[in-house]
Amino acid sequence: MDGVRVDGVERIFRRHGRRGADVVALRGMELRAARGEIVAVVGASGCGKSTLLELICGLQEPDAGTVAADPAVLMPQRDLLLPWASALDNAALALRVRGVAAAEARERARPWFERFGLAGFERARPAALSGGMRQRVAFVRTLLAGKPVLALDEPFAALDALTRQEMQSWLAEALQAEPRTVVLVTHDVEEAVVLADRVVVMSPRPGRAVAELDVALPRPRHRTDAAVVALRERALEALGAPA
Amino acid sequence: MRGLGRIGEPPATLTSPRSRPRERRRGGRRPRGLLGPLGALAILLALLGAWELYADLGPVDPLLLPAPHAVAAALWSDRGLLWDNFTVTAGEVLLGIVVAGAIGFVFAIALHMWLTLRISIYPLLVASQTIPIVMVAPLLVTWLGFGLAPKLAIIGLISFFPIVVTTLDALGRVDAELRKLLRTLDASRLAVLRHVELPAALPGLFSGAKLAVVFAVIGAVFAEWSGSDSGLGHLFQEAIPQLLTARAYAAVLILSAFAIALFGLLTLAERLLVPWAHDSREGRTR
Repeated sequence: MDGVRVDGVERIFRRHGRRGADVVALRGMELRAARGEIVAVVGASGCGKSTLLELICGLQEPDAGTVAADPAVLMPQRDLLLPWASALDNAALALRVRGVAAAEARERARPWFERFGLAGFERARPAALSGGMRQRVAFVRTLLAGKPVLALDEPFAALDALTRQEMQSWLAEALQAEPRTVVLVTHDVEEAVVLADRVVVMSPRPGRAVAELDVALPRPRHRTDAAVVALRERALEALGAPA
Repeated sequence: MRGLGRIGEPPATLTSPRSRPRERRRGGRRPRGLLGPLGALAILLALLGAWELYADLGPVDPLLLPAPHAVAAALWSDRGLLWDNFTVTAGEVLLGIVVAGAIGFVFAIALHMWLTLRISIYPLLVASQTIPIVMVAPLLVTWLGFGLAPKLAIIGLISFFPIVVTTLDALGRVDAELRKLLRTLDASRLAVLRHVELPAALPGLFSGAKLAVVFAVIGAVFAEWSGSDSGLGHLFQEAIPQLLTARAYAAVLILSAFAIALFGLLTLAERLLVPWAHDSREGRTR
């Protein structure tokens, strides 16, 4: 298996009891991500984007269709750092929970702090870090999981606009230096175009892929580049948003 | 800590900040700095003053209602006797709390890890709280004798429940999304317990222990009333028929001060050992 293949996937959440109607989150969903490819999935809220990621991560099973993916690690919207642990220990958690000894886990996490501009904050508690730094620590944790596929669930949605832009540029660089197969779910079309090799547009619930845009643009990209703006417009159009 | 009255509040660690409306203190403005303690002190002094005046000038026999100054005098003149009996009661309470805390913590983890156990034991645990401890205390003394054993049993019985409940609650409070994340990190059940759930449960243990110390002192008194030859509860019981009321009041005073001190110590320890819980209670979740 190379990368991620989602074929004709259907996912239904059954509501039990008299009053509930079943919710069809996904129907006929298709997605491909080649090894090393960054695929952004955009769609309105509630279109089943997060469900898609959980299927890829093996946290859920499809009701129909198939999901075949290399081992994937989830990076949720909230950083979910442990408030009692230092930044370094939070990143090292990915190794600790697999039985790596504390000292070794820290030594393996440390170089990432240097690379990602977190040097000097190893011992800081999450509460003392800015939103952007916390998200970077969470990203180190994600990388240290050692999985070929990263499932990023709106990783910057909780940040303020300015930090979000900084973090997008940062992530673009980080992924260039450290290529992984990435499925990035977002409702921010601009973020999708700036970061991804390919943008998949999903319909409202039940979610399925309705459009696919290749983003064959050189990096680094800027949100003001004419080509980025043009692609953004096309993606918004596919989403059905008024231009 | 402003939250002396907030012991029952579950620790906010790892709960979604989104799901919790930001706290607004009732009454709008919150007391600043020393205003709160000073207000409490003023009320206390006023009450003491009223008591002193009533006892000195009122129609009541000072043997039946000793004035505060008489209680203070008894505290001083009986200090050796009071201290000796205090150490007995304090020892019972401390040992009882430590035993109940340790067993309660392990118990909560077991209930958390095994659903079957939780389903079958939790109702029994709740039911055990309906046992009228005042009546059980003499029965335990009848069974276990006059020694330390029945005291520990009674104090343990009383403090066990709040510790188990608050710890269990905190163990289960770990964010659902964090659990998903941990699954994609290939964390084993035991690894989740060790690295995430146990630290997350510590604030719960402290909440439970803070409730428990208050109950434990009461439990110790019941236990001593039911049969013992020492302890402040015993001293109190002996003082009443001899009309040594000032001494009895002194015993009450010492026991309340002891419970307050234990509560304060636990609050302090909590701030030192689990400072993150305090952070998030202040609303600094992000």
